[in-house]
Amino acid sequence: MSEPAAEIAHQFADAGQQRDAATFGMWIFLCTEVLLFGALFLGYTVYRLQNPEAFDEAAAHTLIVAGSINTAILLVSSFCVAVAVHLAEQGDRLRVTLLLCTAALLGALFLAVKAYEYNHKIHEGFFPGHSFHFAGADSRGVEMFFVLYFTMTGLHALHVAIGVAVLTGYGVAVLLAQRPARLTTAVDLAGLYWHFVDIVWVFLFPLFYLVGRAP
Amino acid sequence: MSFREAIELLTSSASEIGRSVDAIFWALTAICGFMVLLLGTLILYFCVRYRRGSQADRTISGVSQTPLEIAWVAIPLLIFLGLFVWAGVVFFHMARPPDNALEIHVVGKQWMWKIQHPDGRREINELHLPVGRPVVLLMISQDVIHSFYVPAFRTKQDVLPGRYSRSWFVPTKTGVYHLFCAEYCGTEHSRMVGKVYVLEPAEYSGWLAREAEPNSVVATGERLFLSRGCAGCHVAGGPIRSPLLEGIFRKPVALANGTTVIADEAYLRDSILVPNQDVVAGYDPVMPTFQGQLAEEEVLQLVAYLKSLTIERQKSP
Amino acid sequence: MNPAISQAPLQPLASEPDYLRSAQTLGSWLLTTDHKRIGILYMISITLLFFIGGVAAALLRLELASPAGDLVASATYNKLFTIHGVIMVWFFLIPSVPTVLGNFLLPLMIGARDVAFPRLNLASWYIFMFGACFTVFAIVAGGVDTGWTFYTPYSSTYANGAVIAMAAGVFITGFASIATGLNFIVTIHKMRAPGLTWFRLPLFVWTLYTTSLILVLATPVLAITLFLMALERLFGVGIFDPALGGDPILFQHLFWFYSHPAVYIMILPGMGVTSEIIACFARKRIFGYRFVAYASIAIAVLGFLVWGHHMFVSGQSVYAGAVFSLLSFLVAVPSAIKVFNWTATLYKGSITFDTPMLYALGFIGLFTVGGLTGLFVAALAVDVHLTDTYFVIAHFHYVMVGGMVMAYLGGIHFWWPKISGRLYPEFPARISALTIFAGFNLTFFPQFVLGMLGMPRRYHVYPDEFQLLNVLSSAGASILAVGYILPLAYLLWSLRYGKRAPANPWRATGLEWTTPSPPPTHNFAVTPTVNEPPYAYETLDEPSRDYV
Repeated sequence: MSEPAAEIAHQFADAGQQRDAATFGMWIFLCTEVLLFGALFLGYTVYRLQNPEAFDEAAAHTLIVAGSINTAILLVSSFCVAVAVHLAEQGDRLRVTLLLCTAALLGALFLAVKAYEYNHKIHEGFFPGHSFHFAGADSRGVEMFFVLYFTMTGLHALHVAIGVAVLTGYGVAVLLAQRPARLTTAVDLAGLYWHFVDIVWVFLFPLFYLVGRAP
Repeated sequence: MSFREAIELLTSSASEIGRSVDAIFWALTAICGFMVLLLGTLILYFCVRYRRGSQADRTISGVSQTPLEIAWVAIPLLIFLGLFVWAGVVFFHMARPPDNALEIHVVGKQWMWKIQHPDGRREINELHLPVGRPVVLLMISQDVIHSFYVPAFRTKQDVLPGRYSRSWFVPTKTGVYHLFCAEYCGTEHSRMVGKVYVLEPAEYSGWLAREAEPNSVVATGERLFLSRGCAGCHVAGGPIRSPLLEGIFRKPVALANGTTVIADEAYLRDSILVPNQDVVAGYDPVMPTFQGQLAEEEVLQLVAYLKSLTIERQKSP
Repeated sequence: MNPAISQAPLQPLASEPDYLRSAQTLGSWLLTTDHKRIGILYMISITLLFFIGGVAAALLRLELASPAGDLVASATYNKLFTIHGVIMVWFFLIPSVPTVLGNFLLPLMIGARDVAFPRLNLASWYIFMFGACFTVFAIVAGGVDTGWTFYTPYSSTYANGAVIAMAAGVFITGFASIATGLNFIVTIHKMRAPGLTWFRLPLFVWTLYTTSLILVLATPVLAITLFLMALERLFGVGIFDPALGGDPILFQHLFWFYSHPAVYIMILPGMGVTSEIIACFARKRIFGYRFVAYASIAIAVLGFLVWGHHMFVSGQSVYAGAVFSLLSFLVAVPSAIKVFNWTATLYKGSITFDTPMLYALGFIGLFTVGGLTGLFVAALAVDVHLTDTYFVIAHFHYVMVGGMVMAYLGGIHFWWPKISGRLYPEFPARISALTIFAGFNLTFFPQFVLGMLGMPRRYHVYPDEFQLLNVLSSAGASILAVGYILPLAYLLWSLRYGKRAPANPWRATGLEWTTPSPPPTHNFAVTPTVNEPPYAYETLDEPSRDYV
């Protein structure tokens, strides 16, 4: 196991091919993720066009401060991961671990803020279904907004949770591994995934928090 | 229906549009049949002539590939485009009912068709029509998606919950035809069937008169308009300022959000059931919803009444 | 070993045992990361599932032999066609050629030792089986009567039964598809042998590549659509049900955005198999190789843009209908290119009629009929009459069963010596190929006429005048059933009693034939180098070479 060749899986000719394949695979996976969210964004577009006013009205009931804090949290965590990927190539194990764990912690913080928001929304009666109640004129359109709000941010939160687990796992692995060089690609790919999660949020934030708030 | 009649049904339809559809169908059959024969013959011929061990000449005589490829891309493409345009023109014709068509209301539900004629006569799973007169069906479902399909007329239209859809045709032959539900709608889907009776005009009038309804659709709609309190507000000088509805059908309506819509049947329906979605500019969103309080038939009657207001206006300027 | 043989020389006799013999414990199969063994695992799984779907089909045809609903109740009938559709589409047709033949052959064909991510490959089989368990559970737990299309609001609000369990089965299986597609794309991009450029790839690899693109890009949309449908059903929130403020047409758009490309998942690999077989048994290079390869890409791309042709009478805008109709006519062009090129390949060939070739010729014939009848339903005005009738049923069975199942069986026979190391018995194989061809046509051709007469699909009871054609169809189905059981019998027989297969029994080109039959676990002892285009049968068969 200590020979360098053992680090290359049997199906690959060399380390470069292995690394290329893994990175390419990650990009394909992210394409599938785009399509997964894409269907929901299409749903959002259709129902927004059908209920423009209700969506504006409903968006006024989301917590813009919490949303903005979460945006900042994710952007900072993405920055941490980007630096970690850079340092991983230089083999700076301690700092890579530190940065990855910071990013994971920020991800967890994001989830905590999200949980607070959900709790708030549920208490105000915005959770769709039988318990939903809204006093305004077009309660149906508002409910549709919150169906999409919970589905899309919920699916995103699931991705964040997976990301937190992955970042923590690699953060610890980098510190403890016998051969951290093997993990460079893995850290790189985890970074790609985390940036993707970040980008999805960058689209979700305006759709659910900023829409209808323009003066 | 015997087998011979079935063959006849294959080759002849019972509506005006059916003739156009059948023409395209048989043209397609001819083209495709020719292609299958041509390819089949070629393949069989090659298989026999160039079987292993045959003495056929196999020297390749510099057949240039690209022109051949271009030819068999271009020729099908042109044929396809021609077929597309032909079928498209007929389809657009199908989508545009004429103004003078006899309007019949159809409500689909698991698992029956409820039909009402303009003079108020109702029937279930049967549809009586006069021959030679354009008929438009204004249809809606009260539960799942159904599809109103009369094979002899070559028309089919999905019947959706919450949304009107339309189908029109001119029956050209008297007779009895199948009516099917073509969109799977649950357990008894295959029993959501009926009969369409195409009658001579005189017979049709006789049929209508046989069980005369006290009120026409429009009259029933007017009674609903009064009894449900619509007339309390939608009247000049009413207690609450409300838009007047005379002459509204097919007219542009300016909405509070700055857009303009044409007041078609869908708009009228939505304004009754979801009044605060498209509020007319200059009015307050104060109308209560009638969701759950009116059956789909009653909404159709109200809409028919509102549409009739237009016609009266235009008649007496 | 003949020095004149083209492409890479035969592999030196491997020192390692073949993949079937390398280890024989159950654990060595269930934990294998060998693409060949995973292909076998998939083969066993989908064969079982095929027979579940087939039994449902047999009961449907039996019921339809008489116009009254006298064999089973309506509710049962509806569950049967749902089982048939769901199992056949997601648990047989979509995985069939890609996961069985694709898994087995792709690394062999491109000179690789395995796929790029072998563990992901194994995971895909487990995910597939997990999804299949959900679906079978849904069937046992009372069944589902929504049809495989799960149209809302019926599925989300009105249907009884284990809708969510079945949708979950399909949802889970989707991730198996995504894993396989992702694996294939990366493998084809990154793992080709030296010298194996894109235009030296066998056409089967091209079709696997385009199929994988569709799998990867379309399946997530289905996943999220079924997820939303289940949400609506579970929580009563309005997403697709108009009574709750939703839009049922949106469901149809999203569903067909997946399910129409899925139709091409169910035919493209079959086209690839056919290309391999035609070239081999006509002993000729595929005519217009590049055009056939490009046609695959054109089909995959255009296939994503035609979903709305399922909805001409659904209430979508007539202008949208016109665009979808035009694009649907366009997607017929690359299919036509393929058929013309296969036909031209036969010209001046040296043709033999072994079983794989019979299946391939059957494929061309039936796919041609299936493709051409597609023009009928692409034509707007004609589709209004034909949609949701038996015409559509016949059309897509000609493509999927006449096309894909014929190709799958053709491929299984063609590569059986490589897979099993044994030769199948030729005579019963030819008989069964002809039986399937005859039975298929008798089953499905009458359905075109039924559709033109106006018999709607998913009808448990039907008017009497349709009985004659339905009886013909049911009679054909019984012949078809015999045709499907025969190969199962003699292929199993051949595993024990068949003659041992040489490395290249068909004298075919392609790297997979340079390995011993069956191949060793790691495929190639020496990484092969490729220095010529595919299908070099003309050089392989130079008259100077003597062969028996």
